[in-house]
Amino acid sequence: MTVIPVMNEDCASPVADAFRRDVRQERGPRQMFCGLAGLIWLHRKMTDAFFLVVGSRTCAHFLQSAGGVMIFAEPRFATLLLEERDLAGLTDVDDGLDDAVARILKRRPDVRQIYLVGSCPSEVIKLDLSRAARRLTSTYHPRVTVRHYAASGLDTVFTRGEDACLAAIARDLPDAAPGARASLIVLGALPDIVEDQFRRLFDALGIGPVSFLPGKRQGSLPGVGRATRLLLAQPFLAETTRILEARGALRLPAPYPIGVEGTSLWLKAAADAWAVDAGRFDAVTAPGRERGIRALEGHAALLRQRRIFLFPDSELEIPLARFLSRELGMTVIEAGTPYLHRTLMDAELSLLPDGIPLTEGQDVDRQLDRCRAARPDLVLCGLGLANPLEAVGLTTKWSIELIFSPIHGYEQAGDLAQLFSRPMTRMTALDFGR
Amino acid sequence: MKLAIWSYEGPPHIGAIRVAAAMEGVHYLIHAPQGDSYADLLLTMIERRRTRPPVTYSSFQSRDLGRDMAALFQRTLRETVDRFRPRLLLVGASCTAELLGDDPGGLARALDLPVPVIALDLPANARKENWGAAETFYQIVRTLADRTLSPPPRNGRRPLCNLLGPTSLGFRHRDDVIEVSRLLEAMGIDVALTAPMGASPEDIKTIGRADFNVVLYPEIAAPAAAWLERTFHQPRIDTVPLGYGATRDFIARVAEVAGVVAPDAMIAGWSNLPWWSRSVDSTYLTGKRVVIFGDTTHAMAAARVATDELGLTVAGLGTYSRECQAVLKAAAQDLGAEALVTDDYLEVEDWIGRLRPELVLGTQMERHIAKRLGIASAVISAPVHVEDFPARYSPQMGFEGANVLFDSWTHPLMRGLEEHLLTMFRDDFEFNDASGPSHLPHAIPFSGTAAGPSSATPSTPAPVWAAEAERELGKIPFFVRGKARRNTEQFANDRGIAVITLGTLYDAKSHFAR
Repeated sequence: MTVIPVMNEDCASPVADAFRRDVRQERGPRQMFCGLAGLIWLHRKMTDAFFLVVGSRTCAHFLQSAGGVMIFAEPRFATLLLEERDLAGLTDVDDGLDDAVARILKRRPDVRQIYLVGSCPSEVIKLDLSRAARRLTSTYHPRVTVRHYAASGLDTVFTRGEDACLAAIARDLPDAAPGARASLIVLGALPDIVEDQFRRLFDALGIGPVSFLPGKRQGSLPGVGRATRLLLAQPFLAETTRILEARGALRLPAPYPIGVEGTSLWLKAAADAWAVDAGRFDAVTAPGRERGIRALEGHAALLRQRRIFLFPDSELEIPLARFLSRELGMTVIEAGTPYLHRTLMDAELSLLPDGIPLTEGQDVDRQLDRCRAARPDLVLCGLGLANPLEAVGLTTKWSIELIFSPIHGYEQAGDLAQLFSRPMTRMTALDFGR
Repeated sequence: MKLAIWSYEGPPHIGAIRVAAAMEGVHYLIHAPQGDSYADLLLTMIERRRTRPPVTYSSFQSRDLGRDMAALFQRTLRETVDRFRPRLLLVGASCTAELLGDDPGGLARALDLPVPVIALDLPANARKENWGAAETFYQIVRTLADRTLSPPPRNGRRPLCNLLGPTSLGFRHRDDVIEVSRLLEAMGIDVALTAPMGASPEDIKTIGRADFNVVLYPEIAAPAAAWLERTFHQPRIDTVPLGYGATRDFIARVAEVAGVVAPDAMIAGWSNLPWWSRSVDSTYLTGKRVVIFGDTTHAMAAARVATDELGLTVAGLGTYSRECQAVLKAAAQDLGAEALVTDDYLEVEDWIGRLRPELVLGTQMERHIAKRLGIASAVISAPVHVEDFPARYSPQMGFEGANVLFDSWTHPLMRGLEEHLLTMFRDDFEFNDASGPSHLPHAIPFSGTAAGPSSATPSTPAPVWAAEAERELGKIPFFVRGKARRNTEQFANDRGIAVITLGTLYDAKSHFAR
C-alpha cells in the first residue's frame, strides 16, 4: 500500500509568514448577516433547544427571510418583539419574558434548553437578559435550562452568533474532576453524520474521551479543566475558546478539517497530543485520505487553474482558499473575511500559498468593483449578491450552503469540491440556442 | 412585548425598500447596523431580481457608537450619491438607528447634496411594512408632483389614468399590472403612469396629467391617491378587480369615471370562471368550508369569489392589516363567518384548527398551518415566497386573474369524481386511502399524526375508541377521516363519553350533519 502524505507536498508555492502577511483592511457598507443567523442551524443541531430573540420586527423579519426559506419543519425559534412601551421602559420586561417562555414550553414540551438571544435593540437599551435567564432557570429547574447570549449586528457577523451561543454553554460546563485524565472537546456545530465519522476516527486512534460542543441535547455537558484539550472544527469560535482556555483547557493548534489535507492535519494535532504513533495514525487515516483524494480528482479536473473570488461571509474563507488552491489547484484572486483572528488562523495562514490577497472587513461596492474587473471564473458570495453577479455573466456559489451542508472531514471532501464544481458544470450544461 | 413565531409584515423600512426598488433612478440610504442588509436577498432571491437593489446601509458597529456616527453616515451618503448618481435620494433609519436618536434627514440636509432628498420618518416599532410602503409612496408623490399640471382638454382624445400601488415583492403585482393595463386598453383608456413600479422621479412629476387614478393596492396607494384627489381633483377608482364579479364592477366604475362605453363582449366577461364553476364537475365544491386570511384587500375579494363564484362556505375571514378591520368584520358578519383581526400567527393557527375548514386560502404562513393540519390550501396574499413569483403569467386581477383563482384554489382539493371513486373502491390495491389525490404526489393523509386528535385541542384528553368504532372510522375516506375523528371526539368530550362506540360515531355524525 502506498503511503499517502498527510501534507500536500505537490503544493510547492512559498508560504508567507502568517503574522507578516499583508491584509487589506476595508470599512464601509456591508453585505453580511448578523449573528442571529447562527440560531438557524443551531436549532436544527440542538434538538431540544428553543431560541427566543428579544428584538425588533426587523430581527423577526430577518430570521423569517433567511431561515424561513430553508426550513420546512416547525422552527424552534421565535422573536419577542420589543414594542414602544417596552423601549420607553413603561413595562416590566420580566413579565413579558415569563409569559413568552411559559407559552413556548406549553407548545413545545420537548424543549429542555432555552436561549434568550440579545439583538441590536436589546443591546442599545441595555436589557439585562442574563439576570432574566438566571431567574427563569430557577423557575424551570431542573427540567429546563435558560441561557443568554447576544448576537446583535453591532457586535457579531453571521457565524459569530454560534460563537456567542457556545460561549454561553462554555461558561456553564462543570469543572472536570481533579486529576481527571486527558479529554478532548471538539468545538463547533457539525452535522450528526460528520460528528459520527470523527468519533469513529478518534476511537480508532485511541483518543478519548471525546465530546462535541454543541451536543444534540442538553444534559451530558463535558467537564472542563487543565486536562481538557480543545480542537476547533470551525474557525469562528474565538470567544468560546477564550473562555475554555481561561478555565484551563489547552487548544491544539491546527488547520480546520476542510479538505483531505486539513482533515489529516487536524486529526494529527489530536493524535500528537495523545502520543499516537505514526504507524497507527497512518493506518487509521489512510482509507479516508485515499477515498477523499479519489473523490476530489474529477472536481479538480474541472476546477484546476480556474480563478475564484471569495466574498467575506462565514469566516471559512481562508480555510476554503487554502483547500481550493492546494487541493484543487484553483487560483484565488481575493479571499475576504469579516474578521481575521491571527491566532486561530495561524495554522491556516502558514499553509496558504503566498500572493493570495486577503481582505478583512468590507466595503461592498469597492469589493464588487474589484470582483467584476477581475472577471473570475467563480465567485463565492452571499445570497444578496449572487443573482446580480450571475446577471452580469459571472458564475457564483452561495456561501450559506457551506454552513448548511456537511463539508468537514475526509468523506465530505468530494461533496465540498462539488459545491464549487456544480455551478461551473451547470454553466456548460445549459444551452438556450441562439 | 409580543411573541412572534412568524410575522406577516416586516418593519416599515422594508416597505420603503419595496417602493424604492420598484422605481427607476431612486436610491435609499438606510442608517442601520451591519446585518440589516439581509433585505437585499428578498429581492435578489425571492423575486430573482437581476440587479442589486438600490439600497445602501451605513453598516455601523459597536465601535462606531462611541465615535462620530454622524461622520460615518455623511461619508456613506456622499459616496452613495457619487457612485449611484440617483435622481431622488431617500434617507431613513432602521429600528436600531431610531433608538440611538440619530437624525438621517438632518444630516443629509446639512450636506447640501446635488439631488432631491426625502427624509423618511418611519417609526420602526410602532408601524409595519405596508404602512412604510404607503408613507414612502405618499411622500414621493407629494414631494415630486408638479402642482401646476392638469389633464389636457379631452377634445376627443383617449382618457388617461394612473395605475397606483404595485411595488417590488408584491403578490403578483407584475402580472396584475399587465392584466389591468390590457383591460383599460380594451376600453380605450391609456395608462399615463404606473407607480411606484417602473416609475422614475421625472414620471412622478407628471402624475397630475391623468384624468383619474386606479388604486390597485389600497394598502400601499390609498394615502397617495387621497392626496392626489384633493390636490389635482383626480377621481380615484378603488374597486379592486379581484374575481369575476369584481372585475365587472371595476369595468363599470371605470366606464363611468372615464366617460367611455365598455365593449359588450367585455361586459359579458372574458373569463372561463363562470362556466367552469357551473359545469357539473364543480358540484363537489358546494358548501366546502373555507377559511380566508390575508391582507384586507385580498381577503375581502377572496370571500366574494369563494361564496358567489365558487359556491364555497366561508367559515372564517381574517386579516393581519388592522387599518381596515371594520370593513372586514362587517363582511364576515354578512357571511356568517367568524372574523379575526390579528398579526399573531399562533392565534391564526388556533382559529384555523378550531374552524376545521376543508380549504385554507391564506398567506405562506397559513399554507404552513394547513400543511401541519393536513388541510388543502392555496396562497392568496403577501407575505410572499419564491413560489409566488412564477415564471408563467399568473395574475390575480382581471378576467385572466379569475381563471387563475379558479385553478389555483380548486387544484389542491380532491376532485369530485375522485372522491366518489375512493369511497367505492376503498380496498383497491393501488387506488386507496394511502395514495392521496392522484395529482398531488406528496399529499399528507389525514390519518397522519399532524392531523391526529391532539393537534387541535392539546389540553383535552382524547376519549378511547372501541375497536369496532375504530374499524368503522377506517372505512371513512381518508380525506374526511381526520375531520370525522375530531368531530366524534369533540362530541364525546362535550358529553363526558369516555369510550367511543359505533353508536357514538353515528350519533356524532348526525349531530354534525348540516
